[in-house]
Amino acid sequence: MTSKLLVKEKEIVIPGQELAEGLDYLPSHGSFREGNKIISNFLGLASINERFIKVIPLTGRYNPKINDLIIGKVSDIGFYGWTLDIGCAYNAVLSIRETSGFIERNDDLTKHYDYGDLVVAQIIKVTKQKQIDVTTKGPGLKKLIGGKIIEVTPSKVPRMIGKQGSMITMIKDATKCNVIIGQNGRVWIKGETLDKEILATKIIMKIEQESHIEGLTDKIKEMLQEKE
Amino acid sequence: MDKRADGRKADEMREIEAKVGVIKRADGSALFKIGDTIAIAAVYGPRELHPRYLQNPETGILRCNYDMASFSVTERKKPGPNRRGVEISLVTEKALLPAVDLSQFPNAVVDVFVEIVQANAGTRCAGITAASLALAHAGIPMKDMVAAVSAGKINGKIYVDLSKDEEDVEDATDIPVACTARTKKITLLQLDGNITKKELIEALILAKSSCEKINKIQEKALLEFYRQNE
Repeated sequence: MTSKLLVKEKEIVIPGQELAEGLDYLPSHGSFREGNKIISNFLGLASINERFIKVIPLTGRYNPKINDLIIGKVSDIGFYGWTLDIGCAYNAVLSIRETSGFIERNDDLTKHYDYGDLVVAQIIKVTKQKQIDVTTKGPGLKKLIGGKIIEVTPSKVPRMIGKQGSMITMIKDATKCNVIIGQNGRVWIKGETLDKEILATKIIMKIEQESHIEGLTDKIKEMLQEKE
Repeated sequence: MDKRADGRKADEMREIEAKVGVIKRADGSALFKIGDTIAIAAVYGPRELHPRYLQNPETGILRCNYDMASFSVTERKKPGPNRRGVEISLVTEKALLPAVDLSQFPNAVVDVFVEIVQANAGTRCAGITAASLALAHAGIPMKDMVAAVSAGKINGKIYVDLSKDEEDVEDATDIPVACTARTKKITLLQLDGNITKKELIEALILAKSSCEKINKIQEKALLEFYRQNE
């Protein structure tokens, strides 16, 4: 039997749409096999990599994955450590043992991270029951002080970072702002002046709106040069 | 051919409009308009489920809420949930459940709120169609799309998408039907009135082919939402 592709690369697909026929193609993220057809799970962009077909969702909440850099907000403090709200259905746990620096026995934990504090952390474990463990040991993992936070759609984060960080480096250089993008769709911006922070915010909002269009880096570059 | 009171053919639906992304703060939202009936659906989640005794450690759950605005009907409706609203919430949930896949979200909930802002028969069908669009827009994993339409019998003849005037005819039978786009399975079937087996089959065939037309409109609405920025 011959196999046939029914969609093109980067085509927008809807849930339940047939992506390919035949057993030569394999379903990857965001798609599944039923009979000899591969079907999309999401409203997203089809992506074909040799035999694998995946769908990158265009919308949706954050889906926690191991090694992701995220920005969490302290929502609870227990004996064992902190509970972080990371913008998905499940809270993440930051254990005392996973923090940098020394914490004394019976120490007041609010001295380190207080309620409402923003923390850059890395996911080290996600169980099937969606228990999420994070760490703040490592370079760049810290508490965020000052600045502002904006929320974007998590599926658009890779576009904001760009290939090998090209997009984010460009924004940082042009606006002279300190920008940290969490995989969970939270973006922290801290600039020297308010104007620069506003410019960086505008650019990030623009990327979010037009993330599915090709040649976005050049468009943003033009936009930045105009402002200067 | 004999025409209906508003000039439509037997297999002709009222004018349809579908739009995605109408509520900014929701994770997904959609508006579905069929004739004078307007339904707005909003989806929130997956999010933590409270009260905790409802949580299911094996899969996420779907929670639907159907409500009619007090100004949606000619005579003011008392706001808030009522017997009818609770029933339609339940059938909406059952109609959508085969299309969504929440196995990745243990202990969590996906909330669907359907609000009817203007009613002229066929509100539960409009609500289900809007909710399906909103779920897709919210990025919930789905196996299929759901579309719904009502069929009915007036004076012994089968018609699709009854309006309020047609529904109020004496001895009229109303049959809301929801159908999945790919697998063509019926996920909602209710019946109010009397009908023979032969007529029911005729009505179901008519409703199914109309659902396919609505599926095309749903697809267009979803794709258009992303094309408008280009």
